[in-house]
Amino acid sequence: MSRTLFDKIWDAHVVERLEDGTCVLYIDRHLVHEVTSPQAFEGLRLAGRKVRRVDETIAVVDHNIPTDADRLNGINEPESKLQIETLEANVAAFGVPYFPVSDARQGIVHVIGPEQGISLPGFTIVCGDSHTSTHGALGALAFGIGTSEVEHVLATQTLLQKPAKNMLVRVDGVLPPGCTGKDIVLAIIGKIGTAGGTGHVIEFGGEAIRALDMAGRLTVCNMSIEAGARAGLIAPDETTFEYIEGRPYAPKGEDFEKAVAYWKTLPSDEGAHYDKIVVLNAAEIVPQVTWGTSPEAVIPITGTVPDPQAEPDEARRAQLQQMLRYMDLQPGQKIAGTKVDVVFIGSCTNSRIEDMRAAAAVAKGRHVAPGVRVLVVPGSGLVKAQAEAEGLAKIFTDAGFEWREAGCSMCLGMNPDKLTPGQRCASTSNRNFEGRQGPGGRTHLLSPAMAAAAAVTGVLTDVRELV
Amino acid sequence: MDKFTRLTAPAAPLNLANVDTDKIIPARFLKTIKRSGLGKSLFADMRYNADGSENPAFVLNQPKYRQAQILVAGDNFGCGSSREHAPWALLDFGIRCVIAPSFADIFHGNCFKNGILPIVLPADVCEQLMDDAAQGTNARLTIDLEKQVVVRPDGEEIHFEVDAFRKHCLLNGLDDIGLTLEHAAAIDAYEAKTPSWKPAINGV
Ligand code: SF4
Repeated sequence: MSRTLFDKIWDAHVVERLEDGTCVLYIDRHLVHEVTSPQAFEGLRLAGRKVRRVDETIAVVDHNIPTDADRLNGINEPESKLQIETLEANVAAFGVPYFPVSDARQGIVHVIGPEQGISLPGFTIVCGDSHTSTHGALGALAFGIGTSEVEHVLATQTLLQKPAKNMLVRVDGVLPPGCTGKDIVLAIIGKIGTAGGTGHVIEFGGEAIRALDMAGRLTVCNMSIEAGARAGLIAPDETTFEYIEGRPYAPKGEDFEKAVAYWKTLPSDEGAHYDKIVVLNAAEIVPQVTWGTSPEAVIPITGTVPDPQAEPDEARRAQLQQMLRYMDLQPGQKIAGTKVDVVFIGSCTNSRIEDMRAAAAVAKGRHVAPGVRVLVVPGSGLVKAQAEAEGLAKIFTDAGFEWREAGCSMCLGMNPDKLTPGQRCASTSNRNFEGRQGPGGRTHLLSPAMAAAAAVTGVLTDVRELV
Repeated sequence: MDKFTRLTAPAAPLNLANVDTDKIIPARFLKTIKRSGLGKSLFADMRYNADGSENPAFVLNQPKYRQAQILVAGDNFGCGSSREHAPWALLDFGIRCVIAPSFADIFHGNCFKNGILPIVLPADVCEQLMDDAAQGTNARLTIDLEKQVVVRPDGEEIHFEVDAFRKHCLLNGLDDIGLTLEHAAAIDAYEAKTPSWKPAINGV
């Protein structure tokens, strides 16, 4: 029978199928961070259990960690400090591999997994974080789990799960210049909505997806959770294999050849069944920017803010009005030209070297607009080092941008990088919920190039006018 | 997870409907790194005065209920947020069984995950048990999960329903992890077939 990529990975990981259809599903990689793991380790301790496979587990600090150069001298916020110290005590006690903050490999959990070759095609990958979907870009089944499940995986290296449904999002055609993976995924969410993928695993396919480099694919899969999907997937191909070869924890030599031979069997079969199919034409995509407090509230940078009066459904109309109020925007106003206070280039969506290059290409020879604060936060210590070696960091600092240490930073208000109430931010992250970047903060999601364009002009700007 | 088989203990009467998880444990106690130690914050807003001293009127502060392991409560117990901290707090205080006319769904499920037996009984029966509970240590209730009965102090047995699968888990002390570990041999067999090329995360 023809099977999808998802079906194949699922089938290969079923340890046992229970009577009611629930499966004991084997997990190949478990990524652990400081926020969702303390109670899980404590549970193990109380039950006298061990971590079943420390060689399939990796821990790192990212959510809470400050991103200023001073952070190695200690952390001020007592609760963050406690969570980080607790993780360090737990990894020591249970023997879990760990990248501490002093290690160049430290970074956002969804950046370091692919970067280190820890996340590989055909694997099942979990983490106590919803953006685990990112790793699906390698052709892995990757999804977020809760704290009870973190404990479950630590103890058993499996999860009790029922299979999801299959959805195909095909992006045909060629993406125009100035557009990126971020614009593709924002356009997809704009089309299908934040519940469009509920109950499904989305496989992204089509010419425009195949043409993306690995960074672009990681960005697309990162935001599949914002479309409500359980996970996002892209079939592994030559781009994938080239990306993986030579990474520290990837298979080497003959093992790599064997692995590639297996990975080549993974793409969906001809005629495989999808429960839902959505098609987009890449050629029609224009750089995207969100205007509201949900990722589906997205428009082209050439567009205007919607008018709630045109919305027939009353509940929906009230929701649009609330978004406009929170974002302090007027119905029908052009989104381009909206003044920003802060620009954030970073997060597990857009903090890889390719993202840094795209932002630097726009920033080069330009200067930050008066009154605007710009944070550039690489996704890992290794991205930071490479950007410095390539001269990108110099471009940023010459332009008056802040060049910071790796971490989640201003993606969420859990560490010192926060918006203050009323501030408007052009952000390359993935969530624009009320207060996500700090209480009262206003977020516009966009690509790294678009963020750099906003930084140097001080307003939301069509990056195509600058290149 | 501790087994639940048969329990004889004083029951505390909490004659309130819609006790939500914010009442069971207020949000400010969630920033913890632990699931144990939450017992002291159980019902914190009802149990303590503003200055942190105990409110002697609250049921669990009365000497005869300090050792209570059963709670008899009103309709829709455990409504509100899905926080697993609510059963964690009850358990840490020592409560192993809650009896009420109805429970909120997620809380009901979370109880079983953490070794607490939630029992649903008709409102008039709950009222009788509330009266029994009012007698404190003089009138212990017995919960026999195997036989699915609550035994009143006068020996009367009241039958209750419980999902067969969940009953099995509680009787044997099987949480989800315990259940999965019943398949340990299958997990071992699966791991034995690991392809030779699969790298281990070693030498970090
Ligand atoms: S960068 Fe943002 S979305 Fe990604 S893991 Fe960190 S907090 Fe979550």
